[in-house]
Amino acid sequence: MFEREKMHEIEKSKKEWEEKKVERTLSRFPERKKEFVTSYEDEIERLYTPLDIKNLDYIKDLGFPGEYPFTRGVQPTMYRGKLWTMRQYAGFGSAEESNKRYKYLLEQGQTGLSIAFDLPTQIGFDSDNPMSEGEVGKVGVAIDSLKDMEILFDGIPLDKVSVSMTINSTAMILLAMLITVAKKQGVPYEKLRGTIQNDILKEYMARGTYIFPPKESMKLIVDIFDYGSKNLPKFNLISISGYHIREAGADAVQEIAFTLADGIAYVEAAVKAGLDPNEFGTNLSFFFNAHNNFLEEVAKFRAARKLWARIMKERFGVTNENAMKLKFHTQTAGSTLTAQQPLNNIIRVTIQALAAVLGGTQSLHTNSYDEALGLPTEQSVTVALRTQQIIAHEMGVSETVDPLAGSFAIEKLTLDIEEKAQKYLEKIDEIGGMVKAIEAGYPQKEILNSAYKAQQRIEKKEQIIVGVNEYISDKKEKIDILKVDEEQEEKQIEKLKNLKNQRNNSKAEESLNRLKKAAINEENLFPYVIECVENYSTVGEITNVLKEIYGEYRESTTI
Amino acid sequence: MSTRIRVLIAKPGLDGHDRGAKVLARALRDAGMEVIYTGIRRTPEEIVEAAIQEDVDLIGLSILSGAHKKLCQKILNLLKEKGADIPVFLGGIIPEEDIPELKEMGIIEIFTPGASLKEIVEKVEDIAMERKV
Repeated sequence: MFEREKMHEIEKSKKEWEEKKVERTLSRFPERKKEFVTSYEDEIERLYTPLDIKNLDYIKDLGFPGEYPFTRGVQPTMYRGKLWTMRQYAGFGSAEESNKRYKYLLEQGQTGLSIAFDLPTQIGFDSDNPMSEGEVGKVGVAIDSLKDMEILFDGIPLDKVSVSMTINSTAMILLAMLITVAKKQGVPYEKLRGTIQNDILKEYMARGTYIFPPKESMKLIVDIFDYGSKNLPKFNLISISGYHIREAGADAVQEIAFTLADGIAYVEAAVKAGLDPNEFGTNLSFFFNAHNNFLEEVAKFRAARKLWARIMKERFGVTNENAMKLKFHTQTAGSTLTAQQPLNNIIRVTIQALAAVLGGTQSLHTNSYDEALGLPTEQSVTVALRTQQIIAHEMGVSETVDPLAGSFAIEKLTLDIEEKAQKYLEKIDEIGGMVKAIEAGYPQKEILNSAYKAQQRIEKKEQIIVGVNEYISDKKEKIDILKVDEEQEEKQIEKLKNLKNQRNNSKAEESLNRLKKAAINEENLFPYVIECVENYSTVGEITNVLKEIYGEYRESTTI
Repeated sequence: MSTRIRVLIAKPGLDGHDRGAKVLARALRDAGMEVIYTGIRRTPEEIVEAAIQEDVDLIGLSILSGAHKKLCQKILNLLKEKGADIPVFLGGIIPEEDIPELKEMGIIEIFTPGASLKEIVEKVEDIAMERKV
């Protein structure tokens, strides 16, 4: 980026500065810490200069927003044209209660919905299954059948509001329910906008809501790609998620490396099934974490975009530019929130959200300040949403595209993260791809090592967490915590019982039998699941049919 | 007879966020204990059975999903039924107002977010030593 002669001059001046100024200062005032490190334990330089980015080629490495390699953003005008989608992850208790919360959030100016399902729904258990005891409606809304889904979206126009669903192993069933509700609302499939998470590989690595073994899970995903790329053109058919990988303890490099490696695995599987990456590539989306180290985080998002564009173009020979764009949703880092002095979490969330915005996110969830204590209350979720609105409208950061570009530190960190993530990708290729790597426990082990090291840094006070290992206060902040009605589980079970009495049971059974046959014949299962859903078969019943054929996965535990 | 402390770390219920459980398991191991980690999604029956079979001195439960009251009660009941006198400690997102009830139930110690590994390791050592004496 700079002339060679100029570089020599800077190098000489920097040396002089170090010898004369810095050394003298250091001898009188030693620095605060012996070592300053990134989350991936690289040394952070005292000062970044043009010397750190002398090999950076503007056109090749950055280019212009909306142009390959999309380092500076996926759209030419970014937030000047349209702000990111403000999408709070919400859902608890019953479909009725969650429906009320969604309507409240939409009234407050939220622009998309993000549905949190309870764990039984995510793992394919009906509310009356003994495994569901105590979990019904706890971390999300309980959905047993289409009936619940109809209530969940009652009065919410699915042609106007985009819906994101955090659902993975049961993604096909819940998507089938969503499109059936849309059909009943008279919304044509091609108008339906939204995202299903549908990223099973990270479940084995980090989040744990898997049901079937990896190979069979991949088949279900490919079936969704196949059906969706033909019928749901505006729908993101997967959200390849680094968020949970990071929450499980990965550092910034591991977060994007393992996420992109998962992405490669999905694209490979789909290509193998005969799908065209130029087409389904445009329906892929990503999901990242906005963690604490502000500069590193901004750089991470930029590096991820650049890496993915290159992967799609060079590895998969994609020619459609839209299929090279890494579009992503961001959530602020839940694991950084503290139960001590919870109001401080508002500040953490604000700065993390700012990193996501400066990193060019398409959609954002800001965590509520009380999440280290329980589910968000209406007040805390409102503050979280307002945080986004303030960043969007008051801070001026959305007025120009990729404003931190050209900062010596940001560009150097972007290059470093890209290079380090690339090394992981090569290592995973050596192992034989992400499915094999996960089966061998490789990423799990890498993540645990990072988590353990991070915890040790906190305990040795090499990393300060305000209110936890420093600036501790005995005074307790009193805040309200949302309580999920303990009787709600019984009510849900009662509802399920009524459904089974009211529906046409023989029709439900027939459609389940057809699904079973299709699974044995290795057909695309999506149309059969839609039929099951239409006949009010439950999440548990549909899952059980597939369990019979595919079996269940149990992890090998590494500590 | 071995004097090494044996601990079972378990995740009951459906929640799969096991970072805390795994990090603690490693810290206990680094402190010289023998640690058995059950993996995620274990039923109370499976946990109690593993604890008895492995003859552990302590059981540590990790629960974040809000199902702690039901799950803890079940595990404590099962231990009692089987005549297994094994202390149980709990970690996770546990609202403060639930703590007295959980302690009354018989949970020996509860660690909420922000508890340090050092603190937990020392507490585990204390509880185990008291039992071994």
